Amino acid sequence: MSRKWREWTITLPSMGWLVFFFVIPTLLVCGIAFKNRTINGGIGEGWTLDTWLNVIQPSYPLVVWRTLWLSGLTTLICLFFSIPVSYWLARLSKEARNWMLLLIILPFWTNFLIRVFAWWSLLHSQGWLKQALVWLGLASPEAQLLYNEWAVLLVLVYTYIPFAILPLFASAEKFDFSLLDAARDLGAGKLRAFVSVFIPGISQGMITAFVVVFIPVLGSYAIPDIVGGPTSEMIGNKIAQNVFVDRNLPHASALATLLALVVLLPVLYSIFTQRRQKRSTGRRS
Amino acid sequence: MKNRSKFPMFVTIGVLVFLYAPILVLIIYSFNDSRYPGAWQGFTLKWYRTLLEANSVEARDIWRATRNTLLVAFCATIISMVFGTLAAWAMYRFRSRLQSLHQMLVYAPLVVPDILMGISLLMLFVNVNMSLGLTTIIISHTTFCISYVALVVLGRLQDFDHTLVDAARDLGANGFAVCVRILLPLLGPGIAAGGLLAFTLSVDDFVITFFTAGPGSTTLPVQVYSMMRHGTPTLINALSVIFIIVTFSVVIFSQRVLQKRDNSHPHI
Repeated sequence: MSRKWREWTITLPSMGWLVFFFVIPTLLVCGIAFKNRTINGGIGEGWTLDTWLNVIQPSYPLVVWRTLWLSGLTTLICLFFSIPVSYWLARLSKEARNWMLLLIILPFWTNFLIRVFAWWSLLHSQGWLKQALVWLGLASPEAQLLYNEWAVLLVLVYTYIPFAILPLFASAEKFDFSLLDAARDLGAGKLRAFVSVFIPGISQGMITAFVVVFIPVLGSYAIPDIVGGPTSEMIGNKIAQNVFVDRNLPHASALATLLALVVLLPVLYSIFTQRRQKRSTGRRS
Repeated sequence: MKNRSKFPMFVTIGVLVFLYAPILVLIIYSFNDSRYPGAWQGFTLKWYRTLLEANSVEARDIWRATRNTLLVAFCATIISMVFGTLAAWAMYRFRSRLQSLHQMLVYAPLVVPDILMGISLLMLFVNVNMSLGLTTIIISHTTFCISYVALVVLGRLQDFDHTLVDAARDLGANGFAVCVRILLPLLGPGIAAGGLLAFTLSVDDFVITFFTAGPGSTTLPVQVYSMMRHGTPTLINALSVIFIIVTFSVVIFSQRVLQKRDNSHPHI
């Protein structure tokens, strides 16, 4: 058996599967975006640009903008809280650290929908959180905590914060903490040392955390569907609505293509920065 | 370091409270004698009884969904363990143009949002006239599980000592013997860890399943979703608690096993 032949035989199963069930479907979606729908919800013959003209209707820029700012804000909040957590975890003893990590990951292992449901029942008009806020005088009894953008933001942060903590911790673990002492000796304040020494030190983790939070949030569908309302829909909701309610597959495909383009930007950015980093470390060694 | 800031510790405690509080409330609600989440109406076990007695409509649906979920997860895990391990081995063993393309293909499903994978697979199944059901769910789950298995196994392969394979070959072992007697035992833990991850991801998946499931092939997350939308939300509480107990014990158990193994073979 030649080496080339051996390589192909062990590469082919996974590659074939992924080409067939990942690459082809993705191309199919891009293609269907240029088709018409038939009356009974199927896909028409011939090519058209009508679907795209329909997508650029007045209500969509709002939905795209909302998707972007909700994803951006979720990522920022997750990073803001995860950085101190990763700092603290990295300075713990090895055993305490493992237990703390397990404690952080554990809720992530419970079913995602169940966690969203837990928030739904907390924020519900009869829920405890709502009742507590009313009792404290922070919310009026008629106030609706559910079905708005803030509920969506809250649950998005809740769901994705472990995804931000893990890569940041992985970076912080490798950080040389004596650098902080050095900065302090040279006269930097606590906060100054943290911001200008620790944060640049974990920049690789920050990029990873950004990608693993921002991208899935862009495509989120279940969370805005359950705790959000008509005024807090994201692109994902519009895609699902076109598939399950309006039965307009070309329209859904056009929206999915749009979402894919939005997702591609941060991916290309992270590949670019990683390659540049690799090149600069390569030069050093 | 005496005057180290207490701030990061407070943030961590705050984050942990934030992570666990809803789950705790869910557990308390599961014993609440009220049809809707809200004021405490008294302690009851009736939700658990409805679930476990299996003669109610809800219980029957839930157990069927559980069976579907486990069946899908089992099939997707087995297929993705084989394909993912092969993929990892190919990427580890060969450095070529083909492998960088292969690597890109394997990593891509990890960054693509679920909804895009869901809709594109749905379009494929619609186009080839495949009726939606358990088979389409298994195919979809396998597609994202392959990448996770490959990633985990590839991680383990980084510490793999390839001279063992050369030694076995020098001693006259053929390709098959090398696979069965050297590779599988050494890579076993990595493959198992990848399989465990694939299994949990498959059980947990909602969005992709929602797009590729047909009538009668409801899995547990999809069932929970429809119960949430129309039906008995309080029953979900009890179901969640059973779910949480099962997953927490599996995770803690596997963590224990993995940690013990790591301790017995210290990495140099």
